[in-house]
Amino acid sequence: MNFIKTIVAAGLVAATTTAAFAADITGAGATFPFPIYSKWADAYKKETGNGLNYQSIGSGGGIKQIQAKTVTFGASDAPLKAEQLEKDGLVQWPMVMGAIVPVVNIEGVKPGEMVFDGETLASIYLGKITKWDDAAIKKLNPNVKLPSEAITVVRRSDGSGTTFNFTNYLAKASADWKSKVGEGTAVEWPVGVGAKGNEGVSGNISQTKNSIGYVEYAYAKQNKLTYTGLVNKAGKPVQPTVEAFQAAASNADWAKAPGYYVILTDQPGDKSWPITAATFILMHKEATDKAASQEAIKFFRWAFKNGGKAAEELDYIPMPEGVVTLIEKTWAAEIKS
Amino acid sequence: MAVESNVIDAAGPYDRAKALSAFKLGDLTFYWITRLSAISVLLILGGIIISLIVGAFPAMKEYGISFLWTQRWAPSADPPVLGALGPMYGTLVTSFIAMLIAIPVGLGIAIFLTELCPQWLRRPIGMAVELLAGIPSIIYGMWGFFVLGPFLANTFQPFMIKIFDGVPVLGAIFAGPPSYLSLFNAALILAIMVLPFITSISVDVFKTVPPVLKEAAYGVGCTTWEVVRSVVIPYTRVGIIGGVMLALGRALGETMAVTFIIGNSFRISSSIFAPGTTISAAIASEFAESDGLHQSGLILLGLLLFVLTFFVLAAARLMLLRLEKKAGK
Repeated sequence: MNFIKTIVAAGLVAATTTAAFAADITGAGATFPFPIYSKWADAYKKETGNGLNYQSIGSGGGIKQIQAKTVTFGASDAPLKAEQLEKDGLVQWPMVMGAIVPVVNIEGVKPGEMVFDGETLASIYLGKITKWDDAAIKKLNPNVKLPSEAITVVRRSDGSGTTFNFTNYLAKASADWKSKVGEGTAVEWPVGVGAKGNEGVSGNISQTKNSIGYVEYAYAKQNKLTYTGLVNKAGKPVQPTVEAFQAAASNADWAKAPGYYVILTDQPGDKSWPITAATFILMHKEATDKAASQEAIKFFRWAFKNGGKAAEELDYIPMPEGVVTLIEKTWAAEIKS
Repeated sequence: MAVESNVIDAAGPYDRAKALSAFKLGDLTFYWITRLSAISVLLILGGIIISLIVGAFPAMKEYGISFLWTQRWAPSADPPVLGALGPMYGTLVTSFIAMLIAIPVGLGIAIFLTELCPQWLRRPIGMAVELLAGIPSIIYGMWGFFVLGPFLANTFQPFMIKIFDGVPVLGAIFAGPPSYLSLFNAALILAIMVLPFITSISVDVFKTVPPVLKEAAYGVGCTTWEVVRSVVIPYTRVGIIGGVMLALGRALGETMAVTFIIGNSFRISSSIFAPGTTISAAIASEFAESDGLHQSGLILLGLLLFVLTFFVLAAARLMLLRLEKKAGK
C-alpha cells in the first residue's frame, strides 16, 4: 500500500510541478522534422525544465495553425513566399536540413554505384525512359551492368514536402518536366505507382525488382537501400554525404533571400548535393502571447547551439554556422518582445 | 385465492388512476427517448451532408458538373485541374470485382456450414469467418503488400496475362506488366474483407428456414442442391441481399487496406493489373497536405462517395422491391 501511495504522491507532485513552472511552447506542422524536434524538446526539458509540445500534422496544417494563431510556431517543409509572410506578419527561417536521394533495386547494383542526372531522372519519371538499358542511363553508367527490364517507377501517394523538393529539382533540371508536370506536394504523375510515406516507398523499392524511387536520406540509410549518386549543377557527380548536403546549404545565397525563401535544390558548387531541403519555422512578429514567443526563441537558439550532434545522429543536417548567425540577427530585428 | 388477496392487501389501498398515470408517464418518456435517438441519426447525417457541401462548394463552383468526367488530376497546376473520373472508376471497379468474388464464395461457405458441414467442423469454420471480420483493415493492407501482392505479381498475373494474350477485350483487361500494386489486388483484398459480412448474415438467415419446408422437399426426393436452390435461397433472399449490401457498403468505402495496395494512380487503364485509386484512398492520401481548391476538391470527392453509396443502396432496395413483387409477396 505504501508503495502505491508513494507512486501516486510522486505522480501528483510531478503533475503539479510541470503545471506550475513550465511555460509550454506549442508548435505544429511538418512531419519530416518531427523526430529531431521531439529529441531536442526532450533534451531541452531535461536541461531547463521547459517543455515543448510539437504536433506533426503536416506542413499545410502547420501553416494554417500559425495563421490562426493557435500555436506558438508553425513548421513547414516548403517555405512561404515573402509577400505571404508580410501579409500574415510572420517571420520564417530554416531550422534543420535533410536530403532526398534516388534509390534503385537492380540485381547486382550496389549503393553509390550508379549515377543519374536531373534530365535522365525526369525522363524516367515522365515515362520517356522505360528500360534500364536505355542509352541515356548507359551513357552515365558505362561500368554498370544494366538489365533489359522495364523500370518500375515508385513515388509518394500522399502529399509531402519530399515530393515538393523532388519535383522542384526535376522542374529545374528538365524543361519538359516543368511544362508537363511542374512542382508541388502532390502532382499529376505521368507514370508509376504511389506508396504512402517514406516508409511506403522504401518498402516498395526493397520488394520490387528493377524499381526506382526517391526517399529521405535517413530512410535510405536506415533501410540499407541502394542509393545512387547525382550529377550536380556544376556538372560533377556527387555522392549523398553530410558534407555534400552542407555544401549545398552553404553555397545557397541566404543573405539575399527575403524571408529565407531559398529552395535548396540544384544549388551551385562542385560538392553540392542537388536535392537538399531545409525545413522551416514560422512565427508571428508580434505574437499574442509574447512570453511563449520568447520561450520558443530561446529553445531554437539552444537547438542551433547544442542540437547539432543529435541532428546528425538522426541523419539530419544541422544548418551551417554562417546561416545561424544570419537567423540570430533576424530574430533580434524582427521578433518583438 | 387466499394468497392473491393477501398480495392486494399488502399493496395497500389500490389507486387505479394513479397507477395508470404513472404508466402513462413512463410510456411517454420511453417513447420520446427512443424517438429522439432515432431523430439524432437524421440530424447527424444532415450535419455531415451540410458540412460536406459547404467544404466542397468552392470546387463545385470552379469545376461544375464536368468534375464527374474529367480524368486529369493535377493539384499542382495553376489553377489546379481536378477531375473525379479516375477515383470513381477505381471505386466502382474494385467493389464490383470484390463482390463478384465474395458473393459466390460467401454464399458457398454459408451453404456448406448450414446444410452440409459435419457437426464437429462447424465451430472452427464459423469462428474462422468471424475472426476474418475482426482483423483490422491495416493488417489486411500489410498482408496484401507483403504477401498477397508479390504472389499475385509473380505467379497469378503472369499466368493470366499469358492465357488471355491476344484475346479481344479480355486481352486488354488482363494486360501486363504484372504489378503487386493494382486494382485487381485491391479488389481481391476487399473480397476477403467483405466475405464475413456475406457469410455470417447468410448463415443466420439460412437458419431461419423452417425445417419442415426442407424436410418436405427432401421427402419428395429433392437433392441437397435442389433444396438449397428452390427452398432455402428463395426463402431467405431478402436477408442475403441485406448482407450483400452491407458488404458492398464496406467495399465502396474501405480506405486503409486499399491505399496500401492499389498503387494510387489517378489514370484510368484498361488493364485491371494496372495501378489505380479509389475515392477514399485519394482523400486519405492527399488531404493532410492539401489546401484551397485542392482540399475543396477532395471534400467534393467525399460528397461524391456519399452520393454514390446512397444511389447504390437505393438501387439495391429497388431491386429488392421488384423481386418481392415478382415472387408475389
